[in-house]
Amino acid sequence: MSVLTQHLPQLLDGLLSTCLLMVLSFAGSLAIGVLVAAARVSPVRSLRAAATGYVELFQNIPLLVWLLLFVFALPEVGVIFPLFTTAVIVLALYEAAYMAEAIRSGINSVGRGQAEAARSLGLTTPQTLRHVVLPQALRSVVQPIGNVLIALTMNTSLAAAVGVVELTHAANEVNLAEAQPIPVFVGAGLAYMAVTLTIGLTTGLIERKVAIVR
Amino acid sequence: MSQHESTVLFDAPGPRAQRRQRILSVAVGIAGLALLAVAVHRFAERGQLDSAKWEPFTAWGTWRFLLNGAWYSLLAAAGAAAIAGPLGLLLAVGRLSPRRAVRWAAGAYVEIMRTVPVLLLIYITLFALPQYGVNLSLYWKLVAPLALSTAASTAEIFRAGLLSLDRGQREAGLSLGLTNGRTMRLILLPQALRRVIPSLVSQSVGLIKDTSLGYIVSYYELLFSAQVYATYSHLLIQTFLVVAAVYLVVNGSLSKLGRELQRRDPSARPRLRRAPVPPALTDPATVAPPRPPVDSLQGDER
Repeated sequence: MSVLTQHLPQLLDGLLSTCLLMVLSFAGSLAIGVLVAAARVSPVRSLRAAATGYVELFQNIPLLVWLLLFVFALPEVGVIFPLFTTAVIVLALYEAAYMAEAIRSGINSVGRGQAEAARSLGLTTPQTLRHVVLPQALRSVVQPIGNVLIALTMNTSLAAAVGVVELTHAANEVNLAEAQPIPVFVGAGLAYMAVTLTIGLTTGLIERKVAIVR
Repeated sequence: MSQHESTVLFDAPGPRAQRRQRILSVAVGIAGLALLAVAVHRFAERGQLDSAKWEPFTAWGTWRFLLNGAWYSLLAAAGAAAIAGPLGLLLAVGRLSPRRAVRWAAGAYVEIMRTVPVLLLIYITLFALPQYGVNLSLYWKLVAPLALSTAASTAEIFRAGLLSLDRGQREAGLSLGLTNGRTMRLILLPQALRRVIPSLVSQSVGLIKDTSLGYIVSYYELLFSAQVYATYSHLLIQTFLVVAAVYLVVNGSLSKLGRELQRRDPSARPRLRRAPVPPALTDPATVAPPRPPVDSLQGDER
């Protein structure tokens, strides 16, 4: 146990880094996810195709491949960002594919009549989406989005593989220095569980707040 | 997941809408092409499109090395699936067990494993276990954590399948005098398993993606092979792009198979087959009498 208290600052830094990664890439993935989902249900065929391609691309290629590609390979063609920023970008792009699918399932769950009513009032497709369908869709997908966020939190650990010092990386460093794996890794595991549990509870709360009672 | 579900938002377009859509379509196409042009220009400018840099990928030796890696990826995924499948099934049945201790233990396992990153588990097999004299082979350093973690998500799929079955199936089994275990084995599981096959296929995509973590344990799967090859040949971008394409082809076909199975599966659309409940039954006045049997059933479920 003393290992944990001794290295607490280092581990807390790691936890903070994990949370920062999570929050930033969550915001990014939500924004991209909404756009991609909207494109996937749009009447313009090439937009639909592009969005489908995006989802297929990011859902079928492992996150680690994307991370290595962005961190080590793309600098060779001049696409280069600070390491942490790269991790955020890759995580956001990757999770956006899952976010888009979650939101699309929400869009499909909105009653047909809603869109029909909106159209018969003379709203255009973008207006229908923005004012009528998306607000209802987003309310109904709080739980699925929470699940994507939990997966995202666990995926932030992969940033350790390319050298971002987040919780998993910090835990491993402490273990290498102190050779006391059990307390260190159990501690890190508990921290992850605390984060995901918080997300689970929060999404539960939000869901109850925004749910549409029919 | 069918292709035609997106028509909720719009009708067949009229002439003006058609024109607008065609213009937008072309605009999107031009934007895409412009993006591609920028990328190609960037690559060409830095000499990344030189034929010398791509030529190794026409040689069989390179492909043999990479495809060997892909084969080891599949081996790792198969090994993990072979453990995670049965274990997940046990956990799912355990979570629905009438015994509280079993339910609790299975639930705890699933909840813990679903919230701890696989990478952390891999670090444990890599750095922690050897200190206690447990030194697994590279294969198991990758496969054991993958299997333990995948078992939890597989359990959730099986459980969802079991819960999606009509209540009456279980009730009918019990009322025929079958024990809880035999009801599960003879009646519920065969139906639930059939129902979750599409989800399992989709999940195998996730498993194959996770085998890329072999990169961290230096197990010669596809990604680690790529890394080794890239270091040896200094063809970073080319190797990673080729490997990404291999993943895309393998996983893309699997995803497509999963979607296809989902679409064809008749039990996935139970609402179409189930006879609608007559409105008279939902009337509060008529619902009251049949209550007692439901209560006695809850006692049985305890």
